[in-house]
Amino acid sequence: MDICSMTALELGEKIRHRELSAAEAVRAYLARTEAAEPEINSFVTVDAEGALRRAQEVQKGIDEGIFSGPLAGVPVAVKDNLCTRGLLTTCSSKILSDFKPTFSAQAVRNLEKEGAIVIGKTNMDEFAMGSTTETSYYGVTRNPWNTSHVPGGSSGGSCAAVAAEECPFALGSDTGGSIRQPSSFCGVVGIKPTYGTVSRYGLIAYGSSLDQVGPIARSVSDCAAVLEVIASHDKKDSTSIRREDYDFTRALTGDVKGMRIGIPKDYFGEGLDSEVKEHILHAVKKLKEEGAVVEEFDLSLVQYAIPAYYVIASAEASSNLARFDGVKYGYRAGNCDGLHQMYKKTRSEGFGAEVKRRIMLGSFVLSAGYYDACYLKALRTKALIKQAFDSAFERYDIIVAPSAPTTAPKIGKSLSDPLKMYLGDIYTVSVNLAGLPGITVPVGQDKKGLPIGMQLIGNCFEEKKIIRAAYAVEQMCEYKAPKLCGELKNSAGGKSTCREGGRQVWRDSMRQ
Amino acid sequence: MANKISDETIEYVGILAKLELSGEEKENAKADMERMLDYIDTLNELDTEGTEPMSHVFPVYNVFREDIAENGDGSGDTLANAPLVKEQGFKVPKTIG
Repeated sequence: MDICSMTALELGEKIRHRELSAAEAVRAYLARTEAAEPEINSFVTVDAEGALRRAQEVQKGIDEGIFSGPLAGVPVAVKDNLCTRGLLTTCSSKILSDFKPTFSAQAVRNLEKEGAIVIGKTNMDEFAMGSTTETSYYGVTRNPWNTSHVPGGSSGGSCAAVAAEECPFALGSDTGGSIRQPSSFCGVVGIKPTYGTVSRYGLIAYGSSLDQVGPIARSVSDCAAVLEVIASHDKKDSTSIRREDYDFTRALTGDVKGMRIGIPKDYFGEGLDSEVKEHILHAVKKLKEEGAVVEEFDLSLVQYAIPAYYVIASAEASSNLARFDGVKYGYRAGNCDGLHQMYKKTRSEGFGAEVKRRIMLGSFVLSAGYYDACYLKALRTKALIKQAFDSAFERYDIIVAPSAPTTAPKIGKSLSDPLKMYLGDIYTVSVNLAGLPGITVPVGQDKKGLPIGMQLIGNCFEEKKIIRAAYAVEQMCEYKAPKLCGELKNSAGGKSTCREGGRQVWRDSMRQ
Repeated sequence: MANKISDETIEYVGILAKLELSGEEKENAKADMERMLDYIDTLNELDTEGTEPMSHVFPVYNVFREDIAENGDGSGDTLANAPLVKEQGFKVPKTIG
């Protein structure tokens, strides 16, 4: 029985039925992580000591009947922009290299209330700004399918960790595709919920009107079960929404008979890799055979989504990241003459190039003289994009799209041309602008052996429809694990990582 | 099209962004921003006359509650994150010359 290749729900069931203890599950994943990390670098921090301690508490809770849910005793990896009380939370930035939050994000709290066990914090593009996980201060994360390729981003660490079986599931965040695109590149499932579904309390903000927390796992069922736990109305997040339904697992039927599926022609034209296109359309054909009604249509405005997105996201980022000033937490530059110079020097030394680029752009588009022409224009464009989706959803239950134009690029090929990298987000950013839910589900691999993901987009609050269709797709395209997973089995473990000057250092933890 | 960013503009944006850029970083930032603005100009092809700017997809309301403390005194933990502390406060460099 290989614990690490189980899904979260399978593992939870074994723990519930006392076939496995929570500590055994945690130890198995720590061992796998220790073996995989030199190759993959999914984690910024592995908290072996805390996870093993927590496993004892959770086991007691399971034995006493306090924890009885499907995720009790199941390990989870959390993206490093979600606050975890007392556990290093860096946003993969130098500026937060020693920040230990005094509270946990609501999504993390919801998981802990159900007995899930946080084993560590995953690598990401610095402050979630990027599509490759190459802008992290703590080194690149490598794609478990081929370690010379990127895992995608910005939740690249979470997706790589799930694919490499370093954890059964993980949390990510999605501002412009940061869950769906890396899920596609790593061959796993990821959901970006309707805006407001998961509380943003404790999520270190990038673009507040676009950010959503969501689950990443190796099955649609796991993602639905995790979403059911993390979604909640939260008065600590003023944009949190009280939904009518939270029972997402009820949609795991695979029944797509009569479901109306729209294929936006503008998403399948120029710029889309032919192998990606072929695999997605093949999956669509299978849905049709299962009784779905498929139709092509013109979504329109597609070419305006990226410029509108970068104006809005950068504007919000420039405001949100103003809090990092070296006063109350994080890095502070030395030898400063006066307060103002300390702010400037701290930020200039603490932020990486991509973060500075977006703060500069955001400050510019919000400045007097450009506010109307850039920022308000982008918000008007957003309104039109939302209208285009509204009218599409009058005719269709779901929309099918690629998650990205290509499979994962090679490490080192993307950052030199930021604009080209931004264009890779073409199929994902509109969903954030319109607040819609989206899911990525694997549909195969290209000739190089890299995974291809298919994106299913739903109308606001209609997660169940995309989960239903994604579950059907999953039944047709069986989950495959990267070869690496087989090679990594059977190692001992129980070490934690710490960081010294950005370098990953492993140290022995308490072994049980 | 073909936006030009002057030295003064990049200087001004640096002040707004509270970033101190080196000479080389400034030149890179100028080139980057010019390219991004050219790209953002494609939005001008779109007629948005009569469309209201949409900041949030759903209506956003202020959320009020009674002014009663719901959490304990976390000042010790909070100060533990501070780069410099003095007498239960955050210590900063000289603010007035």
